[in-house]
Amino acid sequence: MISIWFFVGISLAVNGALIFAAGIYQLVSPPANPGVALFNLHANVWWGAVLLVSGLIYCFRFAPRRQS
Amino acid sequence: MTSLPAITVPTRLVHLSPVDVVIVVFYFVLVLSIGLYLKGRANTGEDFFMAGREMTAWVAGLSFLSANLGALELMGWAGSAYQYGILATHPYWIGAIPAMLFLALVMMPFYYISKTHSVPGYLKLRFGEPSRALSAISFAFMTVLMSGVNMFAMAKVMQIVLGWDINFSIWVSSLTVAIYVALGGLRSAIFNEVLQFFLIWAGALLIPILGLYEAGGWTNLKLQITQRASEQYVHLWSGLGSFTTNPMGIHWTGIVFGLGAILAMGYWTTDFLVVQRILAAKDIRSAEMAPIIGAGFKMMVPFIVVLPGLLGLALLPEKLVPESVAAAAGGHSYNEVLPLMLARYCDPGLLGLGVTALIAGFMSGMAGNVSAFTTVWTYDIYRPLINSKGSDHHYVNVGRSTTIIGVLISVGTAYLVMQFASIMDYVQALFSFFIAPLFGTVILGMLWRRATSAGGFWGLLLGTLSSISMWAWVKVDPSALRYVALSPHAKALAQDMYQALWSFSVCVVVTVVVSLATKPMPGGELTGLVYGLTEVPSVGDVPLYQKPLFWAAVVIVVFFALNIVFW
Repeated sequence: MISIWFFVGISLAVNGALIFAAGIYQLVSPPANPGVALFNLHANVWWGAVLLVSGLIYCFRFAPRRQS
Repeated sequence: MTSLPAITVPTRLVHLSPVDVVIVVFYFVLVLSIGLYLKGRANTGEDFFMAGREMTAWVAGLSFLSANLGALELMGWAGSAYQYGILATHPYWIGAIPAMLFLALVMMPFYYISKTHSVPGYLKLRFGEPSRALSAISFAFMTVLMSGVNMFAMAKVMQIVLGWDINFSIWVSSLTVAIYVALGGLRSAIFNEVLQFFLIWAGALLIPILGLYEAGGWTNLKLQITQRASEQYVHLWSGLGSFTTNPMGIHWTGIVFGLGAILAMGYWTTDFLVVQRILAAKDIRSAEMAPIIGAGFKMMVPFIVVLPGLLGLALLPEKLVPESVAAAAGGHSYNEVLPLMLARYCDPGLLGLGVTALIAGFMSGMAGNVSAFTTVWTYDIYRPLINSKGSDHHYVNVGRSTTIIGVLISVGTAYLVMQFASIMDYVQALFSFFIAPLFGTVILGMLWRRATSAGGFWGLLLGTLSSISMWAWVKVDPSALRYVALSPHAKALAQDMYQALWSFSVCVVVTVVVSLATKPMPGGELTGLVYGLTEVPSVGDVPLYQKPLFWAAVVIVVFFALNIVFW
């Protein structure tokens, strides 16, 4: 059976990738009016990267082939 | 234990970008995929209702916590933190940690070795059919109504935060839960709860991190809160010597004895919604470790719930107001502080994850309600009272259809609440009626061999009736709160805690008196159910760091340290 941790990894990796990509897009073409506090910290870039890396580690560690 | 926002002003706090929508849609696709994948592994009663009793300590522990970590809980207690300050941490620390450890070390061995399917099932083994029927029917009724009320409140939140249509929110979320629980049973609910646990943390953790950065650290945050509110907003215990020296209007006796010793013990050790997750553990060590793991994470939940409320108090330019004021004069209410903080910091992508965290929180709570309702209905009502001769396959089919029917009743309740808003108050009060007396009955059953069937039944019944009577008394005459809470300065939040204390006391006194007046039960019938007549199974010959007792000690030390640091 596929481990629950693999599903957790997929979820973190996909969400992380989407958030990271959105952050990079904003970094390349910043909006005229950011609309959020602390925009200069670009939280979506580093938080997206953290989620992406964590998700990939889970996916690799609990991949169905490795588990079986 | 849910603080329910009754938001009434139709405004729209945030706008989702395309990437946010993709993240929300991906979440729904993933949970449905898990349900479909697990469908083939829910063919027997043991698989469907008990997840095959093969969950590891981590999976059972995170699911145990996630079933309680509903979105309304998150938003409601963040609002309470804005309103009452750091006192809103009490339900997460003294109102949870000792009870979770007590469940792990004292009660779980009995639940586990009796191989019961449910808490009412334990009452059947210990006190007989009448106690089980009373407990099962009240639990099933309460669970399905609570689920409907939460569904409506969540749909209302989605309308305000995102501008979503209420009907859309109700049907999409409820049908998704119905599909994945009906397909994969408890295993599917548990898998999704673990997934939801991670999403909640991933979506909510950024707010306190960025908030503390903006506030200039904890010391500066305390200073700003003291300036905008009062010093008592940042102290956990120092203002609890009197009802008048803290924003919650409660005395430390209410917190320690009402909340910590009775309400929390009742909820965390006898509410089948959470206990069911632990019963699915693969062995006794996992069953004991799961609540301890849950307790470790529970101690950290104030970081994503209470701290955002405190940050809102210090950093938001506008002043939030009570629901009634917001409804009459406009503005944002206390309960909107979490979405407001989400909108303050979250760019595209992060906002979608934050909204997904709220939806995940709601759905994990609902799946918990539905799977617990299904098990209690099938094993504790349908099988003993309606059809006791069905095959295992028959009961699995009953379980699947009950899941769908339970969700539909919840949807019906949600629409009823939409028409008659006052129902919400009554349904929320239902919860407090049953939980404290039930704890009295179960704990006496486990620890006192002299407790008899008649004692258990009458204690449970009269304890519940006393709780209902006190609630009705205060409802009819609000000034009666001074008698229930023992002070003319007591505020509304104190009622639940003292009501729990008195109804538990009534239950215990009645159980003891009736038991002493009736014939003792033979010792042979109590083996495996009561301390002194049961050989408590060992967790095995494992190293110290794998022993539940060791980790319970670690958790309790951290618990005391946190309470002292924030005294």
